Amino acid sequence: MTNDDYNLSKRKYVLGVAAAVIVVIYITRLFFLQLTSDDYKARADSNAFMHRIQFPARGAITDRSGQLLVYNQPAYDIMVVMQEQLGVDTLDLCESLGIDTAWYSRRMAEIKDRNRNPGYSRFTQQIFMSQLSVAEFSNFQEKLFRFPGFYIQKRSIRQYAYPYAAHLLGDVGEVSPHDIEQDNYYRSGDYIGTQGIERYYERELRGIKGSEILLRDVHGRIKGRYQNGRFDQQPIPGKNLTLSIDIKLQELGEHLMQGKLGSIVAIEPATGEVLCMVTSPTYDPRTMVGRQRGKKHRELSLDPMKPLINRAIGGTYPPGSTFKTSQALTFLQEGIITPQTPFPCSHGFHYKGLTVGCHSHGSPLPLIPSIATSCNGYFCWGLLNMFSNRTKYQTVQDAMTTWKDYMVSMGFGYQLGIDLPGEKRGMIPNAAFYDKAYKGSWSGLTVISISIGQGEVTLTPLQIANLGATIANRGWFITPHVVKEIEGEDLDPKYSKRRHTLVSPAHYETVVQGMQRAVEGGTCRSAYTSQYITCGKTGTAQNRGHDHSVFMGFAPRDNPQIAIAVYVENGGWGATFGVPIGALMMEQYINGQLSKASQVKAEGIAERSINYGDYIR
Amino acid sequence: MATTSDKQKSIFRSIDWLTIILYIALLAMGWMSICGACYEYGQPRDFLALADFSTRTGMQLVWIGSSMLLGAIILFLDDRIFDSFAYLIYAALMVLLLATPFLTHDIKGSMSWIKIGSFSIQPAEFAKFATALALAKFMSSYGFRLQGSWKNMTISILLMLMPTVLIVMQKETGSALVYTSLILMLYREGLPGFVLFLGISAVTYVVVGLRFANEPALWGLLSLGDVLVILLILLFTTSLYFVYCRPSAIRTAMSDRRTSGTYHSIRHRRMLYIALFAIGSLIVHFSASTLVDHLADHQKKRVEVLLGLRDDPRGVGYNVIQAKIAIGSGGLEGKGFLNGTQTKLKYVPEQETDFIFCTVGEEQGFIGSAAVLLLFLSLLLRLLHVAERQPYAFGRVYGYCVFSIFLFHVVINVGMVLGLMPVIGIPLPFFSYGGSSLWGFTLLLFIFLRIDAGRNRLQH
Repeated sequence: MTNDDYNLSKRKYVLGVAAAVIVVIYITRLFFLQLTSDDYKARADSNAFMHRIQFPARGAITDRSGQLLVYNQPAYDIMVVMQEQLGVDTLDLCESLGIDTAWYSRRMAEIKDRNRNPGYSRFTQQIFMSQLSVAEFSNFQEKLFRFPGFYIQKRSIRQYAYPYAAHLLGDVGEVSPHDIEQDNYYRSGDYIGTQGIERYYERELRGIKGSEILLRDVHGRIKGRYQNGRFDQQPIPGKNLTLSIDIKLQELGEHLMQGKLGSIVAIEPATGEVLCMVTSPTYDPRTMVGRQRGKKHRELSLDPMKPLINRAIGGTYPPGSTFKTSQALTFLQEGIITPQTPFPCSHGFHYKGLTVGCHSHGSPLPLIPSIATSCNGYFCWGLLNMFSNRTKYQTVQDAMTTWKDYMVSMGFGYQLGIDLPGEKRGMIPNAAFYDKAYKGSWSGLTVISISIGQGEVTLTPLQIANLGATIANRGWFITPHVVKEIEGEDLDPKYSKRRHTLVSPAHYETVVQGMQRAVEGGTCRSAYTSQYITCGKTGTAQNRGHDHSVFMGFAPRDNPQIAIAVYVENGGWGATFGVPIGALMMEQYINGQLSKASQVKAEGIAERSINYGDYIR
Repeated sequence: MATTSDKQKSIFRSIDWLTIILYIALLAMGWMSICGACYEYGQPRDFLALADFSTRTGMQLVWIGSSMLLGAIILFLDDRIFDSFAYLIYAALMVLLLATPFLTHDIKGSMSWIKIGSFSIQPAEFAKFATALALAKFMSSYGFRLQGSWKNMTISILLMLMPTVLIVMQKETGSALVYTSLILMLYREGLPGFVLFLGISAVTYVVVGLRFANEPALWGLLSLGDVLVILLILLFTTSLYFVYCRPSAIRTAMSDRRTSGTYHSIRHRRMLYIALFAIGSLIVHFSASTLVDHLADHQKKRVEVLLGLRDDPRGVGYNVIQAKIAIGSGGLEGKGFLNGTQTKLKYVPEQETDFIFCTVGEEQGFIGSAAVLLLFLSLLLRLLHVAERQPYAFGRVYGYCVFSIFLFHVVINVGMVLGLMPVIGIPLPFFSYGGSSLWGFTLLLFIFLRIDAGRNRLQH
């Protein structure tokens, strides 16, 4: 009996050890739960914390005089939480939103497709419909209580004060999956600049998103701010941009270009600021806002006139006779000619059976009258003399390389570096190009047409305008740019640095005289005004169709305020459209308005449209 | 003859103060956890606000205060009344349990609450100490032997079965299961070790068998669960054979006057028992899935979730997952008093009652929760020690009942919160919110302390 009891009393050790073992197992379990993984912490945070993004206001855009061009306007997104929307009356919903059930089903499938919507979760809000106007939204809001799982999110969309400068301003659209991958700032449904200024200055305009950390209970009710908002971040609004564009000049330019294809670019020579950038045909930027944007965009992209291309920087054209100024400068600097050197021209350039035609004028002519009358022969002889000069250049390739270096120094052949997406570089051929094209057997005569801005040479209207600015400055330019000021930030230093060409200012003075003579008694006579001295150069660029009408000029001659290029596709003689449009634009900018007579003239030009039926490729 | 004041003094000296210190420490930690679980976001954080009686934290303070008063009163009572009134108390509680379903109003499917004025009490919480008293009384009666007496065994088991059945009728399966823990007390009082072994192996078969029931093995003939269980049975059987059929063990048995027979007859009898064990094991295993199919739906789900057969974050597994998230997010030091987010924002269900340990884990971290477990372990070991020093079977049996009940509550409750045990709704002693359970545990513990305090008097 006592033996029994003794044995039994030892059983307390069995029980005690068992209890201790269980406690050790539990503490081990706690160790693994609490100390070895952050997973539970993360899940606790995603349970309890709701990060609500606060969208910053996108920066506003004004013109150089402070006129508001682009601002924000409220719009409403309809959000859906898949988990909560089960059992909603689909038909009723579609009716309230003015959509059909097929659209509804397609949209729901899109939201759930993780390939198209990588951030999808059935517990969080997803965009169902975006950018409803106040009117569309208020109708739906009244019925919102009937649709659990549907929410409204206030957003802002872009609004435009003027129907002008669509290409330049660009637009804003929803981010693509690619954008989200590239920059983790974006989440599905965010907006991003897709064209123009909006795209180029996206970082400045978009601002910085803020966030609030809210505490959310198990039923999804918001119980307050986490730690009284200590970790909340206020959104930082986007920076406002001041453009160098003069909206009145832009307006006049677009008016004058009605019914014509082409472009007008004006630059303030001293600063490189772009005063206007007209491309035609254009469209009203106000139609590219909100939910009709996609439809409108598709429509424009199918238009054979290609209204979505910004021809000012994205169109490359033969510069025609405007290019002669750059040739004169090169020949003068290289000592091929002096201002007094005469070249003959009898209705053109004739050499070894090759003829480059010219209109009738006195012969032989020295440089200045040759510029004024836009003599083809003069510049053909100049180029031939340069490329055949074996004392100065050992080979024609050497001559070509020297020539090309001059052209590049004037901003041709490469992108200028304007602050807009989609700038083309144009074409300045080099020796290697002709070696390849002519298998090494070529001479100055072979490439003679480049001297009159034909052949392989192409420039963008921006580059032509920049040539005008360079001549106006007598030998330098500042990289053209359309943004004059970023609120609270310096511009890229490249937009204040002078870029000198390889030609000395004295030679520029000679060319300026030639351009002045062109206005005062040469090809640009219709640009003449008694109010200030205008310098100009016409161009009549040959192409497969009707000639392009080109004008390049600046005014006033001394202390120039505006340099301009006008390019009217298939517009005929430079004097037909180019000169009068350029003159009107300069008058508008310098005087701030048009005289009565000029207004009449402007209306006349605006009403003249060119029939492009035959020329559309 | 000692005077009353002398007697009071000696009682005061012989009270087990260590247990009282552990009790108070657990109550203090418990109240902090209730504060964490019931604190409403944005409330003031000072003591006065927390002690406001209109809140649960304030009410729990009332329960704690009244429990301590109750404990003190018990210590001043004569210890002999527990012995004398044991059956009466038991009978009264059984009648109350029987009557409860008729007096109750339904709370979440349970019919275990009786409403008195503005308070509700749960008689099941008080049945524990009453059952412990009745068992102690019965098992300390003159000449009582558990071994070899089917009658004694049957009555003991009936005493436990009565409250179990009555509480199951109230749909409080968790509280009813508590009485199965008293097998530990029976083990101490002479229940052969193999009975405990049989029970534990049966539970192991069921758990292992069901856990791996859906994974095929042996070319699809059997499930992985079957294979594992058969391996376990082989392991147990060979171990049993080597422990009980080796020559030295049989010779030891022959020298015991309670066993009769020759060397060979004893050996054959033992081999037969082991064979029966193996066959019984197989029967238990293969009927387990059938048994599970016959469980009530919610119980079946709970078992399946526990065993990892279901993964349904918004369904049944939700409680367990949220509990794990809350605890896991606590880290080493926890988020601090009243700073838990998961509990405060009500992600954890029943966080102030059955899932209270989550608050400890989230707010006090690994350090705090391990400390709580070690406090409980200290209490349990102390109870074993105190039970074993009782001069009479009454105190010892009662003490082992207290030990078994506390062990069961802690193991099941914390195991459930940690995802190691099925979701069985029983409170964590001294932590879970509520007056009934706190009073019940206090009565259970302090009656034992009072019995223990009188241990010296009768020895003089």
